[in-house]
Amino acid sequence: MKYIDEYRNKDLVMKLTDLINKSVRRDYTFMEVCGGHTAAIHRFGITSLLPGNIKLISGPGCPVCVTGTDFIDKAIAYSKMEDVIITTFGDLIRVPGSASSLEKEKAAGADIRIVLSGLDALEIARINSEKKVIFLGIGFETTAPGTAVTIKLAEKDYIKNFFLLSAHKIMPPAMEAIIKEGVNLDGFICPGHVATITGSAVFNFIPEKFNLSCVITGFEPADILQSILMLIRQVNRNTPKVEIQYSRAVTVNGNSIAQRHLSEVFEPCNAQWRGFGVIPSSGLMLRKDFERFNVENNTPVRINFQEDNELCICGEILRGLKTPYDCPLFADICFPENPLGACMVSNEGSCNTYYKYRLTK
Amino acid sequence: MCLSIPARIVSIDGIMAEVSAGGAIFKAGLHMIENAKVGDYILLHAGFAIQKISEKEAAETIKLFEEMNNSLNE
Amino acid sequence: MNDFVSLNQGSGGKLTHELIEKVFVKRFGMAEPLTDSAILKDSGFTLAFTTDSYVVDPLFFPGGNIGKLAVCGTVNDLAVSGADPRYIAASFIIEEGFPMHDLVVIAESMAEEALRAGVKIVAGDTKVVDKGKCDKLFITTSGTGILKPDMEHIGTGKRIKPGDKLIINGPLGNHAIAVLGARNNLSFSTPVTSDCASLNHLIHNVLDICKEIRFMRDLTRGGLATVLNELAVMIGSGITIDEASVPVDDPVKGLCEMLGFDPLYLANEGKVLIVAGTGEETRVLDILRSDPLGKYAEIIGEIIPDKKKLVVLNTSVGGKRILDMPSGLQLPRIC
Repeated sequence: MKYIDEYRNKDLVMKLTDLINKSVRRDYTFMEVCGGHTAAIHRFGITSLLPGNIKLISGPGCPVCVTGTDFIDKAIAYSKMEDVIITTFGDLIRVPGSASSLEKEKAAGADIRIVLSGLDALEIARINSEKKVIFLGIGFETTAPGTAVTIKLAEKDYIKNFFLLSAHKIMPPAMEAIIKEGVNLDGFICPGHVATITGSAVFNFIPEKFNLSCVITGFEPADILQSILMLIRQVNRNTPKVEIQYSRAVTVNGNSIAQRHLSEVFEPCNAQWRGFGVIPSSGLMLRKDFERFNVENNTPVRINFQEDNELCICGEILRGLKTPYDCPLFADICFPENPLGACMVSNEGSCNTYYKYRLTK
Repeated sequence: MCLSIPARIVSIDGIMAEVSAGGAIFKAGLHMIENAKVGDYILLHAGFAIQKISEKEAAETIKLFEEMNNSLNE
Repeated sequence: MNDFVSLNQGSGGKLTHELIEKVFVKRFGMAEPLTDSAILKDSGFTLAFTTDSYVVDPLFFPGGNIGKLAVCGTVNDLAVSGADPRYIAASFIIEEGFPMHDLVVIAESMAEEALRAGVKIVAGDTKVVDKGKCDKLFITTSGTGILKPDMEHIGTGKRIKPGDKLIINGPLGNHAIAVLGARNNLSFSTPVTSDCASLNHLIHNVLDICKEIRFMRDLTRGGLATVLNELAVMIGSGITIDEASVPVDDPVKGLCEMLGFDPLYLANEGKVLIVAGTGEETRVLDILRSDPLGKYAEIIGEIIPDKKKLVVLNTSVGGKRILDMPSGLQLPRIC
């Protein structure tokens, strides 16, 4: 398949690995922020190719993982109401709330449907005009513009029964929070698809303010290895900057049309990130003009907020402070069939990835 | 669910397109890109084309891989 | 275990195994390890005997329907156990209001497939239940056949040795993707058709000529990864798989990339895993490739000594990772 196979070429990967081995001069710690990168690194066994002095830490770029328990609890509360259809991306369905999950509620009879797109959810709303259709909006800057377009279409076509429960977030504030945490890092493998929308410039503050290296990275093995090589060279030369490895999809200014849709419909707000608490201006909420689509305005719900399992260290894992192997629950009572935290549920979650793709020791 | 893949536009009907990934056909909204044509490659994410893939840049990246092999100046 | 049965427990992975073990196996006094068919010795006969239920949704999909699936599935369970399939019994639970025309088409398919496979459908049962009490149609088939001489090791793999080679007869995941595509509730379409087929003639040809066949199993729900993990545990040894050798059709690849599925975990209905003794693998490959149902057969891996019983994947780019048993649901009601 074009634009995939070329970047999975074994010879190319071997060459890049060789170059990396020849370029290392010291220990390096890089954080891959995006869950898609965590998954790719482990799926292709990239860690097994890297020399021991390169350490990769997984960051909070898995939208499912950083979505709080309260969001799931709210979604569950809505699913129990009369004449409600919940539409959601697939990953969210197994995330544990404080007492249940969307999957369990579906088994008990709630109308919960997996969709691939906000547009599918809108279509369900058109067909089921007598029901309230609630779309669970999760995802970062890659996904939020699609939700914005969907809301605009709902507005244009007077779809009165379509609503949004938004947990959309943006990446740069979380990356800044991690740096301020004091996590020991040399640089970031920056999220390639987020940057497709935002452009690379939004990451400039990282080298400028904090002297850390950044490379905007694609998702194939050759992309990831080339980025690691670029990061190593930046560190060796002490020239931290933002470089674009994923140039076939990312530019400095990004996709201005998508950005326009996003800013027409959403504005920044404070947001709760699992493991971080509240990060200022890191979430997206509907602007006043589109407020009526916010299901919480239309039908408020009350939930009993409960703390997560106190032994679960998802928060520290998301902040890059610990790895799944440091968790007492990992692979013991917390595993994909019985996830205790969001990091184990999502296909992109660190714990799920480490569990599925672990190496022979 | 937050995956994006390169896919080729096989047909366009107004603002919606059908795109192919290895022969699997998906619907993609073209609301975020301009001047899309049949044959263009786009990044498909959550039912939308979020960017056109630049053939020129893609070729450059591959070329760069090959050049990197030759230059090891640190 | 949980108070209520969940969909996850029907997916063929770890949770299904747990359900079967805890609720049925010990109570029924079944012999372990569980194999595709039970081998029964009585009064000089050795029979293979098997049963399966079919609840696929939707009933009709590119490449087949629930009826064809039922016959192929049972024929294959017998064939991979080293038996010549002979007789099938078929039970139907039908929802009130089910279109008669569809029932006739399904029955026709079963008759056609039985003829193709050389088996006879000799017994059956039919129940009709109130609307809403079953989803359109469920079929259960039981089948029996005579075990070929010296074939008892084929289901348990007890003759497997390190160095033995693993072979499959073609590309993976087509059935799962064909069914998913036919459901029409996720917005995509594919040209993929189910690989649903009776493999007994193909397997017969292999067993006739190759005397060093150590093990066979058909890959259904849970995919190749499930069978490999079950095998590793059964023989107490490790397995390596060469990802680049595993055939997967492009549309299946494209769909898997988009939806986050792994083809190694997807259901098949016309694929068999064969373990052949070292030196036998080329002959097996030749026989498979000369048949339409084995045209794209490949050697995909090898048995290795490893007490940890791990299945290790050598990735297409030269890395390594573990291929684990699937946890819960990838896709419900796929067969």
